[in-house]
Amino acid sequence: MTRQLMFVLRRLLLTIPVLFVMSIVVFLIIRLVPGDPVRTMLGFRATAANVIEVRHQLGLDQSLLSQYVNWIGALLHGDLGTDIVSHASLADLLAQRLPVTFELTGLAMLVAVIIGVPLGVRAATGGRWVKRLTEGFVVFGISVPDFWLGIMFVLVFAGTLVILPPSGYIPFDVDPVGNLRYMILPVLTLAIGEAAYILRTTRSAVTSVMGRPFITFLRAKGISSRRIIFGHALRNAGPSIVTVIGIQVGVLLGGAIIIETLFALPGVGRLVVTAINQRNYPTVQVSVLAIATIFIVVSLVTDLVVGWLDPRVTDGAAT
Amino acid sequence: MARPAGDGRGGNVTLHAPAAPLAVPVARAHPRRISTRFIAVGLAILVVLAIIAIAAPVIAPYDPEAVEVKRVLGEPTLQHPFGSDVLGRDVFSRVLFGLRVSLLVSVSAVLASTALAVPLGVLAGYFGRWVDTTVSRTLDMILVLPAMLLAITFIAILGPGSVVAAIAIAVIYLPILARVMRASTLVVTRNEYVAGARARGGSHLRVIVTHVAPNALGPVIVQASVLSAFALQLEAGLSFLGLGTQPPTPSLGGMLADGRDVLIQAPWVEIFPGLAIVVAVLGFTFLGEGLRRAFDPRGVAE
Repeated sequence: MTRQLMFVLRRLLLTIPVLFVMSIVVFLIIRLVPGDPVRTMLGFRATAANVIEVRHQLGLDQSLLSQYVNWIGALLHGDLGTDIVSHASLADLLAQRLPVTFELTGLAMLVAVIIGVPLGVRAATGGRWVKRLTEGFVVFGISVPDFWLGIMFVLVFAGTLVILPPSGYIPFDVDPVGNLRYMILPVLTLAIGEAAYILRTTRSAVTSVMGRPFITFLRAKGISSRRIIFGHALRNAGPSIVTVIGIQVGVLLGGAIIIETLFALPGVGRLVVTAINQRNYPTVQVSVLAIATIFIVVSLVTDLVVGWLDPRVTDGAAT
Repeated sequence: MARPAGDGRGGNVTLHAPAAPLAVPVARAHPRRISTRFIAVGLAILVVLAIIAIAAPVIAPYDPEAVEVKRVLGEPTLQHPFGSDVLGRDVFSRVLFGLRVSLLVSVSAVLASTALAVPLGVLAGYFGRWVDTTVSRTLDMILVLPAMLLAITFIAILGPGSVVAAIAIAVIYLPILARVMRASTLVVTRNEYVAGARARGGSHLRVIVTHVAPNALGPVIVQASVLSAFALQLEAGLSFLGLGTQPPTPSLGGMLADGRDVLIQAPWVEIFPGLAIVVAVLGFTFLGEGLRRAFDPRGVAE
């Protein structure tokens, strides 16, 4: 028990430098802009007084160190600043946008796991045709860019069959069914590629477990192959699958940036793209911060879950 | 070792899933023959695409930026095999030129990244200790952000454009390539011929350049080929968002963004540029998989 506690503590401590580096990167976004970021942001119609005011508002007229300390201090107090285009509070903006991104990526990962894990098990244990078909799916999922897949989905389901809306969004609390109708295509688009990776990992993990002596022993004991696969092989393949799911969340968050733009979903990904085009640096910073934090937290949770699934990991040898 | 995630990187998760190569197409066939088949298919695709990209100005039947008002959203015909786009530009010619830009950006990004990663990885793997710690920990910082987010951060700072996109892609893949080179160097350095070369009085530089680096390069080449496939998708994604290659220069991602609004009336504007990306990605994937089987039997490449 103490060993497990040590593992959790060590992993939590490891997150601190990662968060620190991430905060530095986000902090530097506006400060590294070549030339005068405030001028770039406000455009050439801004007066000199305007520029000085905004510069002061963003704290850019102080020393770099005190800027960072003030910025982090404000962040920790929940003060994310204001959007320089709409003058809305960025904390409110994020509170509106994050649920959309959470819904999109969460559902996409769920669908990807539902498709990928069973197919991966079939691919590892099935016959030649199952192997070929699943391999075709993997190559397809890896080689087709997700946004193009999304465009083709729109062409088929919204253009030709006209059964789903091509793009747009309705909040879940306004109309749950409508919300899901708008979510189907973006979720499927993201899920197909992810499913291919989860399938591949599940397949290789289960294949390697199935080759171990204890499986032969279980077979000799007369245990049904169904129970061997789901009770033993999949259980042992669990840590690998969870690890890949954790890694893929980063990819999903990246993919969500494109997919939200493609399907006009008002999530954080679309927010960051719009903000970049408007040179709205405070909003860029906050959205990057939000997405990166989710990624880091998910990585942490993944490692802790893997440690719980496979206690050998907590011994330290595997980390 | 870790497998790349869908963006070609393992992320900063400290535990790694075991290697999961693509399944062997023919069960239990001779491994050598399969790697040759993968390499042959991959190379064939890439050579054709490279010729198309280089010779685009000669092959393209029309100027990719020439506007023909009468042909706006024109259907595919014999004269215009891929149809015409919103401005009446020939999609076939634009795909050829777009392929040229996309391949140039992604391949040069991966090459630049490899050129930086190889010396860094060799130094880290060969000298170990504080050199290794400094190089590895510094590069690990790049893995703090997911690939796409990092690329977008770069573009937020430096402004959109194909050069910035290439730099971003090169930086994103630097830690992976360096890590592979480091791991490969660790294996090679343990060989007795390295100790022998040192014992004969060879300087560190000489030993690295003539013995260690050449023997450690295999997995890095495999990795670079695999990453080119991801780089191509990343470049297309950035251009799709309007953050990569800027119009009027045709790029495959940019074409997909332009045609988004007329998708239903003129699907050919969207189908063909996408297919071009898929074919190119397949080329790199097959080549990488073949090279992996042939030159990286230990599975050092991620």
